[in-house]
Amino acid sequence: MAMELEGKATPPMANGEIVFEAPWQTRAFGMARALCEQGLYSWDEFRGHLIAEIEKYDAQPDGRGYEYFDHFLSALIQLLAEKQVCRSDELSERTTVFDERPHGHDH
Amino acid sequence: MSDAKPQALRAEALESLLIEKGLLTSELVDEVVHRYSERVGPMNGARLVARAWLEPEFKKSLLEDATAVVADYNFEGGEVQKLVVVENTPEIHNAVVCTLCSCYPWGVLGLPPKWYKDPAYRARIVSEPREVLTEMGVELDDDIEIRVWDSSAEVRYMVLPMPPQDIEGKSLKELETRVTRDSMIGVQRV
Repeated sequence: MAMELEGKATPPMANGEIVFEAPWQTRAFGMARALCEQGLYSWDEFRGHLIAEIEKYDAQPDGRGYEYFDHFLSALIQLLAEKQVCRSDELSERTTVFDERPHGHDH
Repeated sequence: MSDAKPQALRAEALESLLIEKGLLTSELVDEVVHRYSERVGPMNGARLVARAWLEPEFKKSLLEDATAVVADYNFEGGEVQKLVVVENTPEIHNAVVCTLCSCYPWGVLGLPPKWYKDPAYRARIVSEPREVLTEMGVELDDDIEIRVWDSSAEVRYMVLPMPPQDIEGKSLKELETRVTRDSMIGVQRV
């Protein structure tokens, strides 16, 4: 489900382009907000990490082009590692497991 | 464009770990996504703008203390701790940016569009606003002053665009449909 925030019939929603370009971006946003609403961190705390990630890119663009949600996801992962909620090695391991699933189950 | 697949995998892996740890459920993420897609959006800002065009007293309150006005509406979406509404006039044109990241008044405008978060917009709307606005379709005479407002965690801005020429006799509902998201960021006219 690619969520089109502006895809609604209401005219004020109808102008402009979609906010999320891929389902994972939607999930990343949903996770970040949900954890914030659960009280794990404040949005300002998250924002601090997001700014840091974006600054890294702004200081040294990697030539791949700017992808806001790449930085958004990195900021979330970084924050959760700092909160000792989810270690980066745990995440890498799980990502590898998912990557090695039989083809057709990698959605 | 980055290779999205590793990101999709990482996001999926993260969600599965957080669910295992009992911090999230898929349903909770679904609910947040649904809320932001259905009930948070520029239609909320449009209601304020259309009413301000029709009711001078309301407009005065909105420009004086938008935070208080918005609190009465009880819009969902948060991120509007302090909202400041700036008015476009024949002499002054306002535009909004977040130079550091993507601060944006979600409660009244929904989530920001991609270009708003782009390094080019974040830098250029400050350094050469007239050129950027022209590129986005807003050509301003040289004697119109341009004010660019930098949204932050503390203060978020929304533009009150000038009303359409044919406002006479229009209802609130009709006018609401004329207000575009981009006009409330200040990169479009109504």
